[in-house]
This record gives sequence, C-alpha cells and structure tokens, in this order.
Amino acid sequence: MNWAELIPDLMEALKITLIMTFSSSLIAYLIGLPLGVLLVVTRKDGIMPAPTFNTILGVVINFLRSIPFIIMLALLFPVTRAVVGIAVGETKAIIFPLVISAFPYVARMVEGSLDEVDHGIIEASQSMGSTNWQIISKVMLPEAVPSLINGAAISITTILAYTAMASAAGGGGLGTMAIVDGLNIRNYDVMYAASLLLVALVQIITVLGSGLTRRLDHKKR
Amino acid sequence: MLEIFKKRKAEPVQPAVQPGHPDCPIIELKNLRKVYQVPGGEVVALNGINLSIEKGQIYGIIGMSGAGKSTLIRCINKLDAPTEGQVLINGKNLLAMDKKELLKTRRRVAMIFQQFNLLMQKNVARNVRYPLEIAGVDEEQADKRVMELLKIVGLEEKAKAYPAQLSGGQKQRVAIARALASDPEVLLCDEATSALDPMTTQSILALLQKINQEMGITVVLITHEMAVIRQICEKVAILDGGNLVEEGSVDDVFMHTKSAAGRRLFGILPEQEETPVQSALRIVFDANAASQPMISKLIKDMDVDVNILSADIHQLNGKTYGQMMIGRPDDPVEVKRIMDYLRNAGLTVEEVHAS
Repeated sequence: MNWAELIPDLMEALKITLIMTFSSSLIAYLIGLPLGVLLVVTRKDGIMPAPTFNTILGVVINFLRSIPFIIMLALLFPVTRAVVGIAVGETKAIIFPLVISAFPYVARMVEGSLDEVDHGIIEASQSMGSTNWQIISKVMLPEAVPSLINGAAISITTILAYTAMASAAGGGGLGTMAIVDGLNIRNYDVMYAASLLLVALVQIITVLGSGLTRRLDHKKR
Repeated sequence: MLEIFKKRKAEPVQPAVQPGHPDCPIIELKNLRKVYQVPGGEVVALNGINLSIEKGQIYGIIGMSGAGKSTLIRCINKLDAPTEGQVLINGKNLLAMDKKELLKTRRRVAMIFQQFNLLMQKNVARNVRYPLEIAGVDEEQADKRVMELLKIVGLEEKAKAYPAQLSGGQKQRVAIARALASDPEVLLCDEATSALDPMTTQSILALLQKINQEMGITVVLITHEMAVIRQICEKVAILDGGNLVEEGSVDDVFMHTKSAAGRRLFGILPEQEETPVQSALRIVFDANAASQPMISKLIKDMDVDVNILSADIHQLNGKTYGQMMIGRPDDPVEVKRIMDYLRNAGLTVEEVHAS
C-alpha cells in the first residue's frame, strides 16, 4: 500500500463529504429552523397558539424522522429524479434525500433549544409590547444561540453519518471510499484510513461546536 | 360589587369622568373575574374584583400565596386574559383593544418581575435598550437614553456586564431601568423584592419611591410582605381567595383592619389560626399617642397591673404606629375602666377573646 498514492484520493473523498455534509446541513437548517420555531410558538401555551396545526406538524415531522436514511434514499429515487433531474451517481443527487431526512431532525433540535429559553423572559418581552415577530427574532432565537450552536454540531455529525451511506446511491465521499474501495475489495487499509478521517471529522465538529457554545454563552459566569 | 351598583343607581346625574380626563383613574378594574379550567372542575382565581388606582399613587396589593394577586397584576397588562370584566387604562378598555393598540398600551404600562427576566445573552446596556429597539428609536438616541436610565438606577459602570455577573439587587435595577425605557405611566411590580434579601429590598423600594416621586410614575405592586406595603405604599388592597376583602389608605387599613386575611397579614392574628392562650386587649397607637408613655400612665392613673403579651411598633409613612396586646383582667368592670381610659386618650382598644 502506497500511502502517498492514497492521500489525493482521500482528500478528494474528504472534499465531497464536506460538500455533501455542509450543503445539506445548510439547506436542512433553512427548512428546519423555521419549522422548529413553529413547533414552539404554535403550542397551546406558546405565543401564537395553534394547537391543531402544531399537532399535525409534529406528526409529519415524527413520520419523516422515523424513516431510516437508507430507506428514505430508495423511496425518494423518483422524487429526487424529478427535483434534481438525476437520482443516482452525483453529489447533488444525494443532497436532496439528505435534506429530506435531516430537516425534521433539525426541527426537533431547534425546538429543544428554544424550549430552554426561560418563559419569564418571553413574558417580560410581551409586557414591553413586543410583536410576536420581535419576540422570535430578538428574544427567543438570540437567547437560544449557544444551545442552537451546540444542536447544530450534533445535527451536522448526524448528517455526516448519513453521507457514509451515499454509496447506495452512487454518491462519493469518505463513506463510499471506505465501503467501495475498502471493504468490498478487502482493501482494509483504505477502509481504515477513510473511516479514521470520518472519526476525526466528527471529533473536530463536536469540539468546535462545544467550544463555540461555551464562548458565546453569557448565562454561566 | 353590589355597592358599586347601588352607588351608580343613587347618583345617576353625576356625569362619568371621560377617558383621558385628568381626574380619570389611571387603572380601573371592573368586576374582574378569572377562572382557570383544571381537570375535574374550575378554579376561581379572581372573583369579581373592583378597584381603581389614581395617577401618581403607590398602590400595594397584598395577599397570601394563592390569593390571586399575581393573576390580578398580570391582568392589568393582559399577560393573563380575564374571563370576565373590564380593565380600564386611562379609561380605555384593555380587553377590547386590537393587537396594535394593546402593544402600544403595554409600552405605557411597564412591568418588573420577581425573577427579573433579563435577557441573559445580552449585556446590561442591550437589555435596557430592548424596549427602545422594538419601538424603533434610532441607535444614537437610544444609547444616550440607556446611559441616562442606568444613571437613574445607579449602574452606569455595569453597562457592559452580563446579567449573570450581577447580584439580585443589581439585576432588579437593570429590570427597572429597562421598564423605564419606554417612558411608562405605570410600573407594575410582580413580587419584585421577594427574591431579594432585606437590605436589597430596602434599596429597591427606595428606588421605586424615587421613581414615583420624581417621575410621577404610578406604581402598582403586589407582595406578600406587609413590610413592603408599610414602607412605600399609600393605598393598599387586601386580596383573599380571589376576593378583595379590604381597600383603603395604608394608615386606615392598618389601624382598622377588619378582615381575617388582613389581620393575619398585619401579624395581628397568627398566619395559622390558633386559639389564643388568654383573652387580651388590643391597643392600637396612632402617631400622637405613641409619643406618650401611655402604658406607664395607665398603670399610675388607674392603679392596675398590666401584663404585656406582645408589642409591635412600626414606622409608617414617616409616622409611628404600633399595637400592643395586654392581658385582659377577669373583672368586666376593670376591663371597662381600662378601655374607657385608653379610649379617652385617643387610642383604639378592642377585646380579643380566647376561643
């Protein structure tokens, strides 16, 4: 095994993994963040109560969350083809199912973070004559920032784990490299190298996430 | 409630004070009811409250926990929506307002809380600036105002600190500065000193008094501590089981408290009802009598033995008040003699029976 030859392949796979992970995380947050906010504010005791809507949204999100990613990938083939134009073999074809699997997860993470905001603070802002939008944008979200960052780190590592299954749809990245170029042809060095890089990525994201959370949190001094 | 009804009928010609008129009470509650639905029934938190608060007053609402006082104050800015009745702010019904008008009114009726409720991720200056931000005040003007407000509460040097770095008293000062930012007419205080130690409570009460006197802001506070009422309130309402059982000037209510709840709160009756060990005479001193050695005079002039059971002297709005329980002699003639003597001296005396 020539390690020097392996490195460019590893780097290429790493690049694809990072693109898949971060672009789908970004899109999943664009969808999941507002949904997470809706899950909190439309509760019976929320600032914009709409219990029926809340229940329906909760059921849909739970339904999407309960489908394993590998099944979702297969189920979504026709939809992916219709939306992206291609179902297998390209990075963008894997991003679509990644987003569909990840945004319900993100919505629940965001819900959990916003839940931690002290209800008294929200009441205080109501007493000052804030509109609901001001409460969401100037109170709930800013107060939840440390927790949201921590949640984002967890979400990103989850999405990173999903990308390892991209090989099932002909996508690339470190997971595909470990399975296709490693496990399947008993090239265990490649399998270990690619897997180790994935482990390292998870570590880095987690450490960065918790470090940033600590730095941004002014609540504990 | 019935009383108000009768009064209205008796004086039909008297024109109602128009909303916005200077004589119009700043806050008026009419037949306010709040009923909570709970599994297996309902809980009546407020049972037809009528009360009116004049501009510039410091108005205290006192009651034991569960009396409904928190619900009451939260109805005044509609954090809790009453089940029935009216909340009039400057004569305008808060409950009939549309969303926009309600938000505008809330900016004129500020509130502080027991748990301070500051934005934990924003520094002191940003906290105080929040009401200005949501009102769309431009940044430069807002920053200037923030510094003025911090000066009023004595926390200029803490502008860049975060709430977690402050003591309880400092946090409440920030909350007060924030409440003042929207230039309110009313400041509602929801157990604002209950989480603070006695020393800090004193300084926060002094600040509230200063705000009331210098800025003319009407202060409505709820508390379970009589000391708070005694120290700064002019008027007091006693709430018990969702009913307003007594209302009036603090002096009057303290001197002639009629309700059981009032007596418990004033420490005249123990908080838990218990049988007194012996029958007693309760003597209430007013500001003049307390400066004379009345008990000493009683003993000398009447030639009686006085057994002091308890005594409690207070400063109230700069005057001295007190009450004393003395043992009641068994001989009814003797009792009458002592009571007449003390009444002639201008004191209020009543028998408290052992039951």
